Amino acid sequence: MSLIWEGIKEAVKLLLSGDQEVLQIALLSIKVSACAVFISMLLGVPLGIFLALTDFFGKRVFIALVNTGMGLPPVVAGLFISLLLWRNAPLGFLNLLYTPSAMVIAQVLIAAPIVAGLTLAAIQQLNPKLRLQALSLGASRWQTIIALLKEAQLPTLAAAMAGFGGVISEVGAVMMVGGNIRGETRVLTTAIVTETRIGHFNIAIALSVILLALTFGINLVLTHIQQKGVNLWTRTWR
Amino acid sequence: MSSKLNFMGANLVALSKKARKFTLLFLIILSLLSMFLFGCQKKPNKLILATTTSTMDTGLLDVLLPIFEEKYGIEVKPIAVGTGEAIALGKKGEADVLLVHSPEAENEFVKAGYGVNRKAVMHNDFVMIGPIADPARISGLSANEAFEKIAQVQSNFITRGDDSGTHKKELKLWQVAGIEPKGDWYIESGQGMAETIRIASEKQAYILTDRGTYLALKDSIDLIILVEKDKSLFNPYGVIAVNPAKFSNINYQEAMRFIEFITSKEAQTIIQNFGKEKYGEPLFFPDAP
Repeated sequence: MSLIWEGIKEAVKLLLSGDQEVLQIALLSIKVSACAVFISMLLGVPLGIFLALTDFFGKRVFIALVNTGMGLPPVVAGLFISLLLWRNAPLGFLNLLYTPSAMVIAQVLIAAPIVAGLTLAAIQQLNPKLRLQALSLGASRWQTIIALLKEAQLPTLAAAMAGFGGVISEVGAVMMVGGNIRGETRVLTTAIVTETRIGHFNIAIALSVILLALTFGINLVLTHIQQKGVNLWTRTWR
Repeated sequence: MSSKLNFMGANLVALSKKARKFTLLFLIILSLLSMFLFGCQKKPNKLILATTTSTMDTGLLDVLLPIFEEKYGIEVKPIAVGTGEAIALGKKGEADVLLVHSPEAENEFVKAGYGVNRKAVMHNDFVMIGPIADPARISGLSANEAFEKIAQVQSNFITRGDDSGTHKKELKLWQVAGIEPKGDWYIESGQGMAETIRIASEKQAYILTDRGTYLALKDSIDLIILVEKDKSLFNPYGVIAVNPAKFSNINYQEAMRFIEFITSKEAQTIIQNFGKEKYGEPLFFPDAP
């Protein structure tokens, strides 16, 4: 137990002293995961809407694939992206392996299905009459989609949160495609692995505390936005 | 009713339009994505150094690499894996230069034409570490006797089992002792040196390790050196450039600069003094003339 306490003290000390390396590692974690979630939203939200609003042959199989992707083990994503990014692999000419970009790609592969699956569920939960109503009011196809998204904005936000939570805490994929290179591709999770390995438990615990505080902070903001909308529930309950 | 059919009809027509729009949207996103990726990428073609875990875990590379990068203006990406995996990376042309420790595997690599310009860099030695209680009574024995004793008593022994330099060495030692290690007492970790030592410490098992990694971990584990300074425990490290004739996209010039640097007087002096202050003894001994 004293080890954990020491670690928390170390974390505070590291943060207060503005340790350059820790700061850089934490920033890279946020940057990579934020980039990945942003791109995942760009890919996953349209995909989720498309799946919710259209029928095509093999749709159920495709949705099953997306649902499987929601639980894609990070190491599998890492291996898959590595296989594509090796120098002598199809995308090797891009020279992306062992760069933050490679880490973003791998994390997109992890987060995009989560975002797509949750968006799909969010839209499907809406009353189908909403769509007809929007259309009957003269809304164009895109206006309808925007109206539906507005209705489903909170669950979609939850999708972003779930995606972010999934990737910032993930270690297998970033370790594989990033290489855990000090000062370049070392992020909080891989740094924790490294520090634990070489017996710097204080620093490992400190980094864990920072990672936890970080995810908590981001989730707190997102939850705050999300909960604004549902106050109605408690108010109408009494 | 008729208006609804009409609506359905429009829906069907719109579908193909929508599909087109989605394709367009997808392409836009893809190009945005690739633009972003290229923006993220700084300089291509950095020197990829595939190396064993011990050079990384002891902190030696953290000292050497910045000096090399500063001096030659070449950025290095050190990928710390076991010797086996490092050599496999070299064979696939996925690394430019190797810093590894398994002379036999290295010679094979060069002989098969995958590597050129192999140079000796430094050495340290392997040590047998184990619990202070020493249940198999191997303290002070030769490596050969110690392996025999452990197998006889069936004391827990942890192997990395990852085709690393240390793993290869261990298998060689079992072979010399004429023993095929098998059974509940022979535990495979499948991980790097430091993690494996940590497992050995928790399980109070015997393990073969390079001295450098042991010294770096000494304070946070419960194992002591039991067998050392045996001729068969010599552990030489070599550096090899990957043959540019095999793969067109190897950073050969940079690899040669790295070999030039790590065998230079400057780097060799750093290696000689590395760890003296912290551990009271050097972790590596320079071998380059």
